[in-house]
Amino acid sequence: MEAFLHQVLAGLATGGIYASLALALVMIYQATHLVNFAQGEMAMVSTYIAWSLINAGMPYWPAFLLTVGISFVMGVVIERVVIRPVENAPVLGVVTVFIALLVILNSVTGWIYTYTIKSFPSPFPKEMALGRYMSPHELGAIGITLVVLLALYVFFRFTPLGLAMRAAAQNPVSSRLVGIRVGWMLALGWGLAAAVGAVAGMMVAPIVYLDPNMMGGILLYAFAAALVGGIDSPMGAVIGGFTVGVLENVLGFVIGNELKLSVALVLIIGVLLFKPSGFFGKVHVTRV
Amino acid sequence: MALLEVKGLHAAYGQTRVLHGLDFVLEQGSITALLGANGAGKTTTLRSLCAMVKTQGEVSFDGRRIERMATEDIVRLGVAHVPDGRGTFLNLSTEENLRLGGYVRRDKKTVESDLERMFGHFPRLRERRRQQAGTLSGGEQQMLAVSRALMLAPKLMLLDEPSFGLAPLLVRELFGILRAINQREHVSMLLVEQNAAMALDLADHAYLIETGRVVLQGSSNDLKSNDSVRRSYLGY
Repeated sequence: MEAFLHQVLAGLATGGIYASLALALVMIYQATHLVNFAQGEMAMVSTYIAWSLINAGMPYWPAFLLTVGISFVMGVVIERVVIRPVENAPVLGVVTVFIALLVILNSVTGWIYTYTIKSFPSPFPKEMALGRYMSPHELGAIGITLVVLLALYVFFRFTPLGLAMRAAAQNPVSSRLVGIRVGWMLALGWGLAAAVGAVAGMMVAPIVYLDPNMMGGILLYAFAAALVGGIDSPMGAVIGGFTVGVLENVLGFVIGNELKLSVALVLIIGVLLFKPSGFFGKVHVTRV
Repeated sequence: MALLEVKGLHAAYGQTRVLHGLDFVLEQGSITALLGANGAGKTTTLRSLCAMVKTQGEVSFDGRRIERMATEDIVRLGVAHVPDGRGTFLNLSTEENLRLGGYVRRDKKTVESDLERMFGHFPRLRERRRQQAGTLSGGEQQMLAVSRALMLAPKLMLLDEPSFGLAPLLVRELFGILRAINQREHVSMLLVEQNAAMALDLADHAYLIETGRVVLQGSSNDLKSNDSVRRSYLGY
């Protein structure tokens, strides 16, 4: 029982990370109706930036904040330079660009930093805080995730800029007619998604270690989370993230760690087969 | 003084040319109507003015050439659009729709009082304040579209069929409000209407458009007494 509880709590910690990354996916999906396959690699690059800053002697938290800022700018620049030119291209073309971005980010990082696995520091103390159930890093990661999610909620729900971004994602034509610069709202969305991804990367790196392929499995779980919640529902992505995290850990505990990643795939296929709109997404009905 | 001056305006959707050299002028503070049958190019004219279709020709607004500017920059000069199809942000609340109308304004305090003023004009919108705008009736969404445009505190309002989907009583009320806003706040209006009789009652000046060209223009009273207008558009 104790071991089981430990798995659930650890699941919540990784679940928070999946939730953040799933939210980043949903943010870009809502604005462009496309899934950004490079989201994980962008987070990985951010984590390497943080690693470089910390290795250069910067204390953890300033490095953390600076990384989030740099990642935001990186997201905006990627949208402006790489995504904008293919804005009106066919879906398959854009998907190819996303995958190219994934491969480029992955190999450039490998080229600069090598593929050797590096350890990444946690800002939280080493000794166990919650007795045997949870490490301080897991508890801290959940805390940070919740702060990020709350900040995003407040931003989108209560600020004029957040409102404009939601409007631009839903109805670009009407948004232009009230003077919103829709192109910049999209770029801002990419920036925010990259910043959220950066936090997820820095929180997961102490657990999975730092290497250019670190986000592969995690992005798969984030996809599963976004699909379980419904790819167009931010709230669903968050709930989906925590659900997938717990399921993954508990099932891994029951059926063995080797099959963990399959859980994500089974979830993805299961949701797509039986409930394509996810549990919180909108069902789209089209008249023909 | 002319607030809006259009010279030789051409517009096309792909290969289909809709406007063939339209000329018209809108005087500062006036309400000008564009009349014409379905497919004459009235909606396209309004879209051309705010760069929503590809155009050729000259458009001057408030002494500035705007035909090369982006939609959002034209809006920021003070041109509000009540578009064809209402343009409601369906998933946002009524209040959020109105706030978006005033998004580019810097005077946040007057935006708050304008919000209250809109609820004063259209009490139904106050009742629906927190409701998702997509659940509003067609008439309510039309009121919302007009109020959203007014929230910009515009110099010029482009109104595409504001009476569409409204009960006759509401149309009269809406036109009364538009007239009051025009007189009290000197907001100029360019009105496109199927209902020519109501449009000529509201407008000072009108242009008759047929297949993308102006075929007749004059004061509303002149047009009302014009035999062919009376027969073709007023129906008596």
